[in-house]
Amino acid sequence: MLVLEDVHTHYGKIEALHGVSVEVKQGEIVSLIGANGAGKTTLLMTVCGNPQATSGRVILNGKDISRDKTSDIMRSGIAIVPEGRRVFPGLTVEENLHMGGFFNNKSEIRKSQDHVYELFPRLKERELQRAGTMSGGEQQMLAIGRALMSKPKMIILDEPSLGLAPLIIKQIFEIIGQLRDEGITVFLVEQNAHQALKLADRGYVLETGKIRLQDTGANLLANPDVQNAYLGG
Amino acid sequence: MATQNIKHALFCAFITLLISFPILGLNLESAGTTLELTGADSATIVAILVAAIVVFLFQTFRDSILTAAGKMPKLNRWSDRQPMPQEKRLKLENLFMTLIMISALIWPFIVSRGSVDLSTLVLIYVMLALGLNVVVGLAGLLDLGYVAFYAVGAYTFALLSQYLGVSFWIALPAGALLAALFGLALGFPVLRLRGDYLAIVTLGFGEIIRILLNNWTSLTGGPNGIGGIPDPTLFGMEFGRRIKEEGNISFHDFFGIPYDSTHKIIFLYLIALVLAFISFLAIRRLMSMPVGRSWEALREDEIAARSLGLSRTGVKLSAFTIGAFFAGFAGTVFASKQGFISPESFVFLESAIVLAIVVLGGMGSQVGVILAAIAVTILPELAREFSEYRMLIFGAAMVLMMVWRPQGLMPMRRVHINLQKQE
Repeated sequence: MLVLEDVHTHYGKIEALHGVSVEVKQGEIVSLIGANGAGKTTLLMTVCGNPQATSGRVILNGKDISRDKTSDIMRSGIAIVPEGRRVFPGLTVEENLHMGGFFNNKSEIRKSQDHVYELFPRLKERELQRAGTMSGGEQQMLAIGRALMSKPKMIILDEPSLGLAPLIIKQIFEIIGQLRDEGITVFLVEQNAHQALKLADRGYVLETGKIRLQDTGANLLANPDVQNAYLGG
Repeated sequence: MATQNIKHALFCAFITLLISFPILGLNLESAGTTLELTGADSATIVAILVAAIVVFLFQTFRDSILTAAGKMPKLNRWSDRQPMPQEKRLKLENLFMTLIMISALIWPFIVSRGSVDLSTLVLIYVMLALGLNVVVGLAGLLDLGYVAFYAVGAYTFALLSQYLGVSFWIALPAGALLAALFGLALGFPVLRLRGDYLAIVTLGFGEIIRILLNNWTSLTGGPNGIGGIPDPTLFGMEFGRRIKEEGNISFHDFFGIPYDSTHKIIFLYLIALVLAFISFLAIRRLMSMPVGRSWEALREDEIAARSLGLSRTGVKLSAFTIGAFFAGFAGTVFASKQGFISPESFVFLESAIVLAIVVLGGMGSQVGVILAAIAVTILPELAREFSEYRMLIFGAAMVLMMVWRPQGLMPMRRVHINLQKQE
């Protein structure tokens, strides 16, 4: 569904990705793990076209999107939950969700909204509250819900567990599993390697801008190198 | 503690002297062809000294004064109250606007000619502020060159009438559209800029327009400005004593009433009122439409907005264009009211005042912005006696506002949940 072929990305003169190839197939959960500064977020941003890849191809549903505008990419059945949640703090939960369904018509918005409230009953309770006044976990739920509003075929999550309590993290990962069961392809970028690999069908390990390892989630979990580097031995 | 206070207070008193003595204590007087420096009279000197002493005393006992001030009842008890339910708020707001409209309609017939003229100016500022509110308050783009679009509107009318004899009613949309076009043109280069950088570029743009108008003497008359801008007509009826254009009929002849110069002033006021009201309604409608939502989303979090597929280009350009459009409206009315315009009417200070109105009123809040426009335009007129210190008072008012009510007179309210008291 999403394929990156030998993607190089630069920030100015500095090369952040040195030829990365990643494939996410339909219906999978694919996790990308790596340390700080490995280029995880850069990889996601390249998929979104900001910054664009300097060479290589980004293919979404068979179409090369590496030269498309961000706004066009984000409207082609892909949704991203950006790092650090980034909900609109001054808007209410409901308005945040409506922003997510910006390009859909009203009845579709209503439907997706009901669906999001089903996934996250907590958001229903907070429907008219300003997003900025909610807890981190609730904001993360909102960010995921907002991304789902556009009815994406694929959802990209950038560090959904960042700064959350373990209990909430567990809940979030349960929801991610549920999304796959609904047929949404999930591309998950995480520092929380254990959780991310446990859930994933397949995983990639990114190190200083290169893919170091790729395998099924279970195999990576069992891999001694991964255990040493990312799972605390 | 005390010695430190005294040291600080001495320093503050010294600064007071240092600043106020050269400004107030020394006078420049023309003696023949040269200027002569003379000292001010003793009363001024005493006043400066008293001021320095007051500053000294305040700074010395600052802690106790501030504690005492903190114990005073709050100026604004509203802020503690619970927010109103949404429907009630909307109803109240509509009622409020209806009342304002009714009184605004009666207003010109009961007050003096000067007051009506001033009210027209207030309405022009209301239009300007409503327009800038879109750019600054809703889209969060700090625009310091807003006066440029105002100038474009005014000059469009002036030039069209001078060279092509175009009337007010045709120039009105033309001015607004041309201003919108300029807004679009400014929007392109500033798309990548944010915050301070954006402010500087827009500031530069405002100055470019003014300097262009000032120096393009062959077209705009340069600093001499353009005069003889026609008054608006009412279905072809003119408001002058004598008819200027062939085939027109004058207002007083048509209705068979004696000529009165206030007719024209009241008519202009009513035009400005209608236009301001249209601006209000149009922007309010836009705010509840997707485009309004996207402005707010961009202001709240640009990255998140882009992640949802909003085009940064489209959203920013639409805000600039629509904001400029209403400035063009205001400019056309201004040109017609004054009958004469020159680049001097479109200096940076105008941008600053309109921005101050938006900030004072509460960014994004339309009713607040209208109230602030009224206050900011009328207060200096009421304080005519202090004319020299008007800007000083204005500045002080701004500082006080920002300390006590940083969110503005009437901050923008959005839907929120009503907190119930726990049983």
